[in-house]
Amino acid sequence: MTTATAPVLQAKGLVKVFGRVVGLNDVDLTLYPGEVLAVIGDNGAGKSTLIKCLSGALVPDRGSLFVDGKEVRFKRPRDARDAGIETVHQTLAVAPALDIAANLFLAREIRRKGILGSVFRMLDTREMKKQAADHLERLGIGTLQNIDQAVETLSGGQRQSVAVARTAAFGGRVVILDEPTAALGVRETGQVLQLVRDLRDQGLGVILISHNMPNVFEVADRIHIQRLGGCAGVITPQSHSMEDAVAIMTGAKKLSPEVS
Amino acid sequence: MTTHVESQAAPAPAEEFLNRPATPAQRIHAVLHRQPALSPAIVLVLAAVMFSLVNERFYALQNLSLVAQQVAVVGALAVGQTVIILTAGIDLSIGAVMVLASLLMAKLVADHHWPGWLALLAGAAVATAAQAVNGLLVTRVRLPPFIVTLGTLSIFTALSLIYARGRTVSLQPGTFLTWSGETVSLGQLHLTYGVLLVIALYAVVGYALRHTAWGRHLYAVGDDAEAARLAGISVNRVLLSAYVVAGLTVAVAAWILIGRVGGGDPNSGLNANLQSITAVVIGGTSLFGGRGVVIGSLIGALIVQVFVNGLALAGMDPNYQVLAVGILVIAAVSVDQWIRSVKS
Ligand SMILES: Nc1ncnc2c1ncn2[C@@H]1O[C@H](COP(=O)(O)OP(=O)(O)O)[C@@H](O)[C@H]1O
Ligand SMILES: [Mg+2]
Repeated sequence: MTTATAPVLQAKGLVKVFGRVVGLNDVDLTLYPGEVLAVIGDNGAGKSTLIKCLSGALVPDRGSLFVDGKEVRFKRPRDARDAGIETVHQTLAVAPALDIAANLFLAREIRRKGILGSVFRMLDTREMKKQAADHLERLGIGTLQNIDQAVETLSGGQRQSVAVARTAAFGGRVVILDEPTAALGVRETGQVLQLVRDLRDQGLGVILISHNMPNVFEVADRIHIQRLGGCAGVITPQSHSMEDAVAIMTGAKKLSPEVS
Repeated sequence: MTTHVESQAAPAPAEEFLNRPATPAQRIHAVLHRQPALSPAIVLVLAAVMFSLVNERFYALQNLSLVAQQVAVVGALAVGQTVIILTAGIDLSIGAVMVLASLLMAKLVADHHWPGWLALLAGAAVATAAQAVNGLLVTRVRLPPFIVTLGTLSIFTALSLIYARGRTVSLQPGTFLTWSGETVSLGQLHLTYGVLLVIALYAVVGYALRHTAWGRHLYAVGDDAEAARLAGISVNRVLLSAYVVAGLTVAVAAWILIGRVGGGDPNSGLNANLQSITAVVIGGTSLFGGRGVVIGSLIGALIVQVFVNGLALAGMDPNYQVLAVGILVIAAVSVDQWIRSVKS
């Protein structure tokens, strides 16, 4: 991790409420290029709300966002994507009736070359299928035999792989993964963790939400701990143990003021 | 990853169970799931064979020509209705918009001596604007499509009656607007230009749904709007576009209606609203959105007309025609319910 470089993504003072329920309470987050930032916290701690604010899925009530130091305002998921931020949401956000290739290229379809594409707006289905197969192959999840398969016929783990593949294939600057391994077996989880490392090594910033402490401590450079809608602190696998992390997460222990 | 080879072990019992061979019912289910127009196509063929056996006049080309001409107006409306239903919407006002547009076109020519093509464009503009009102109420005011179009059904119907002052408008035959009612003969088959327009409409919209990003986004939004939004699709824009495209197809339907009626009639097409929904549903498009193909709606419209025509030729009381259509609708939705229940 090279903290000398400027943050690729930064959030300051994010607040998000749902009616009377506080989802996020004055949360700061800093993500550097080429690092894995894990976000941990109990259920309801605001992890998903936080990444939804970072990915344009929710518009925060207060606070500001910066990409490469420039202030941005995401009104819709598309805005974040255009800024190079790709997200796997906990709810997966795949179109069940569309096939795997169509899902990978949803909202960024490739058109045919020449007049067929420019005037008749014809999609280049073959090219998209080819690229989709390549992406899945590269991620080692080519086990999805049939790229023509509708996503609704896939298992939960396979759907998760499709969602992760979409993010990895198109991630420009930042990749955000909200519990991407929740439905995965040991082998697939290993693949996703390897993918996280690969993306980091390519210089992307990666935010990983996970409940699996060993996984988190295995891949994370820094760990952002959410608690009751606020940030309870940022630690590193070197500075703290897993037990510390869980204690801070549950409020059994307070983090002394620290430098991160 | 080179570790974790343990998951390559022999298949567990559950794994074996999951990979068990499919039963015949499951295979049928899988095929129907992939081909939403297949079951209506089978019903259409079976119905045609059945009515041909009952009365051989059914398959006379003359009779089939009649069926095609009778189906043209509802068939054209069903295109727009399909596009809207694919987004998990519904349009109860679509027939009323058609009548309003056809009256406007006819009156602009008959009373104001506009050239036919200009009147057609004006009618298309009004139909599109009317549908845009539906779309804006759905997307901006966030009202359910059923409620919106229930309201605009009354509004557009009333506007037609007020505008026409209850009178019909006759047009000279052989003019631009009545061209859609003129006959084209292909041997014994006597179609109208309106029928050809309908076929063209299905081809164009079928292409757009299948081969363009717009079509994919329409399915994605109808399937799961929130997932589509998170994937980066502008859900509201897609929804609004569905109503606007429907407006354009309504304009074509209005032109065909003028050809059939020979002008504008505020009391024509009274049942067209529900008939278009019937055609879409019998055609295998799911009312829950995201599943269906536009050609199914043409088949659905044909099925209804074949039953109406066939039962009439069989000398049945016309009330049985209505009864049959009702049974068809229930059967079609039941099949859809079964098809949508995914087993995996
Ligand atoms: N759309 C919503 N409407 C109402 N409350 C919500 C909504 N989304 C999240 N919340 C609430 O905000 C809090 C944080 O939720 P969330 O971010 O999903 O937590 P986590 O992902 O850490 O489990 C919870 O109390 C949750 O009930
Ligand atoms: Mg969550």
